[in-house]
Amino acid sequence: MSNKTNDKIAALVNYFNEADDVDKPYVIAMFTGKRPKRPVGTALLKQWAIEKSGIPDWLFSESYHNVGDLSETISLILPSPTHLVNRKLQEWISDLASLQGKDDPFKKTFILSAWDSLDTQERFIFNKLISGNFRIGVSGKMLVNALAKQSGTAANKIMHSIMGKWDPSKITYQDLIGGAHVNTDNSWPYPFCLAYALEVETESLGTPEEWQAEWKWDGIRGQIVKRNGELFIWSRGEELVTEQFPELHFLKEELEDGTVLDGEILSVKEGKVQAFSILQQRLNRKTINKTQLNEAPIGFFTYDLLEYKGEDKRSDVLSLRRKQLEKVIYNLQTKNIVLLSPIVKFDNWQQLAKIREGSRDLNSEGLMLKKADSLYHSGRKRGDWWKWKINPYTVDTVMIYAQKGSGRRANFFTDYTFAVRQGDQLITIAKAYSGLTDKEIKEVDAFVKKNAIEKFGPVRTVKPELVFEIAFEGIAESKRHKAGLALRFPRIARWRKDKKADEINTLDDLKQLLLSTLNTSIHGTGQE
Amino acid sequence: MHMALIQFTSKGIYCRQGDFYIDPWKPVKLAVTTHGHADHVKWGNQAYLCHELTKSILLQRLGADLKIQTLPYRQQIDINGVKLSFFPAGHVIGSAQVRLEYKGEICVVSGDYKVEYDGISTAFEPVKCHTFVSESTFGLPIYKWQPQQIIFDQIKDWVAANRDENKTSVLAAYSLGKAQRLIKGLAGYGEIYVHQSIANLNDGFIDAGINLPDTLRITPETKKEDLQRGIVIVPPALTEGRWIKSLIHAATGICSGWMQVRAGRRWRSADAGFALSDHADWPGLLSAIKATTAEKVFVTHGYSATFSKYLNEIGIAAEEVKTQYGEEEEKEEVL
Repeated sequence: MSNKTNDKIAALVNYFNEADDVDKPYVIAMFTGKRPKRPVGTALLKQWAIEKSGIPDWLFSESYHNVGDLSETISLILPSPTHLVNRKLQEWISDLASLQGKDDPFKKTFILSAWDSLDTQERFIFNKLISGNFRIGVSGKMLVNALAKQSGTAANKIMHSIMGKWDPSKITYQDLIGGAHVNTDNSWPYPFCLAYALEVETESLGTPEEWQAEWKWDGIRGQIVKRNGELFIWSRGEELVTEQFPELHFLKEELEDGTVLDGEILSVKEGKVQAFSILQQRLNRKTINKTQLNEAPIGFFTYDLLEYKGEDKRSDVLSLRRKQLEKVIYNLQTKNIVLLSPIVKFDNWQQLAKIREGSRDLNSEGLMLKKADSLYHSGRKRGDWWKWKINPYTVDTVMIYAQKGSGRRANFFTDYTFAVRQGDQLITIAKAYSGLTDKEIKEVDAFVKKNAIEKFGPVRTVKPELVFEIAFEGIAESKRHKAGLALRFPRIARWRKDKKADEINTLDDLKQLLLSTLNTSIHGTGQE
Repeated sequence: MHMALIQFTSKGIYCRQGDFYIDPWKPVKLAVTTHGHADHVKWGNQAYLCHELTKSILLQRLGADLKIQTLPYRQQIDINGVKLSFFPAGHVIGSAQVRLEYKGEICVVSGDYKVEYDGISTAFEPVKCHTFVSESTFGLPIYKWQPQQIIFDQIKDWVAANRDENKTSVLAAYSLGKAQRLIKGLAGYGEIYVHQSIANLNDGFIDAGINLPDTLRITPETKKEDLQRGIVIVPPALTEGRWIKSLIHAATGICSGWMQVRAGRRWRSADAGFALSDHADWPGLLSAIKATTAEKVFVTHGYSATFSKYLNEIGIAAEEVKTQYGEEEEKEEVL
């Protein structure tokens, strides 16, 4: 499939125009992660594929390392099929579901014979059906847009429909799209008002009295919709995330019908905003366990009031909306979960700049400047709202891998992997591909071509010599990375030609930083 | 253990007894050349020895005043007591494996090769030897090619779909090898327009008596509307160029073995990828190596470490060697 979003949507629309009606709800279920329990574990799949293809384990691993996807590796490594069969997707899915509870030899016979009757591409999809990780370049949002286009229905209604409770074996495509099982009229959100990064001196903005300053929180921007007794939580990506945050469900009882709040979903513990890395434990999960509820309890910091008593408030000025918002929050019975995002008081810009320097201590990313008389715009509009972020964290690293870019940079090595030091080892810490000038890219490119040690397909291992300062927004624990931690939004800040590879940071430096973000202990929720 | 007939030096693969190099990357007295791709033949050697069909390629790419001696396949000459002959490598037109024989010791340097007959390059021929030098560009078991006819059918379907949407089909393929293969495989399926680097090579081949279907050379005067329903073949480096972008509606398809893997397709951000390669796939490499009955295999460019480890495990003594082949393959087309 193509890389271009529009082409992918066109292909999906095409599919839903032509596919068998029985298959459509299953396809939607797959793309949205509504899948039955895995009938066979990946370890067994891998073992059977190795057996069938007659290659040693290490060679399978080596291949997997190059392909980067287990389902795809298996599909490529198996011998060619002996015969091809043509069955409906829904038939495959029912067969897979019926494997549940059978013994391994039975499952093995089924899987091996399926592999033997499918071509490479089909095998790949079949393997994805088993493992359930059906994220092949199609996001939930993209699917929603395609369904909206195909059926001529508003995208947020589709989002609500497919997020609802339904079973692909019991619902027709028409009913699913039409939202027969849910009431989509209640859920629709407003487009978020967004801010540009501040690029002028604050002094040129006018007098402090004209502005409202707030902390810029590092969480998930969200909208809470309460209408006709139902509660909906939308994320900035216009995805319904209601189920993920049970802490906020009390709003269903306590918020008046016809109320829409704009704010930030954060992890808040004992009144303190926790680091984004802690909130992350709670994101995109089907089920939440007790530990997660205890360690990363959710709070909602409200910024704005978009609807009140069923009336659209977006054309009221900010100062008015804020007053109304304060009342709404004040009237909540349950305290300390849904809070007002505090206003930062300041007398002059210099003072505010000083306050901003303390952002990190609150796990905030800086400040938001909003004009007191601003309306709530749809999308981004220059002038009324600004984000004034603090400088990112930085770390000195050495480049260890390089890969060619795409687009106009297809002939240059532009995508790099960076490492920090741990003892005499280098540990990969980040991948980045932006932040250098064209001239610098050419220089690095020449270095890579001269100093490549090994070649793995498009990737070159290079002599660890070039030092780069990497900027990033946050740091989190990660079991998936060898370093045990992952950087958020890493990018190249500058090429440190003045530094040698033995002067780079160590993994311990980063671990220290991680600890310090987790131990932030200053109160971030001072209500005015 | 036989006496080593070849050595891997900083200039290239060297035959001491014959005092010549095979595909050297630094200037030498005599460069025996396996084929015309830029990573296998460099400018600046005092003399070249290649297959007769490679001559026009070298003249075009390296300049007209080269000293070139040619040989047909299977004809043997003597260089300082070493018997040298070329055998078809099936990689591109004129590509040759170099067979060396000295005092009963036989060594074959295969350059780049593929075992599937592509309908245009002379078919690969296994040569029995004691020492075999093999590439390993696609030396992983995930690389198994479909017969080329299936790939051509996929390309034709894609071209037809593009026509339905009024898009020009632009195929990226190396000017030497892949381009001629596509021309032959897609002949009769619409007008084929080729970039001048391909047209120049084609002219040379036609002069040398090779039967190539008709194509149209793209010139500044070529009307873009004329291209609309046709097939356009350009070198890979040009797919990102201004000229392609100036086409009203173009869909690009990359023809390369790397397209076998989804990550390869994503990385090149083309509209379509076709796994059509001029290199041997995994089964191809293994069958070719076994057919040589070689006692020792030197593995050059590609997945050399993995592939030589596997050969050793299945009882074929193999060693990885570092060369400069493969590195500039992608740049080649800027010529």
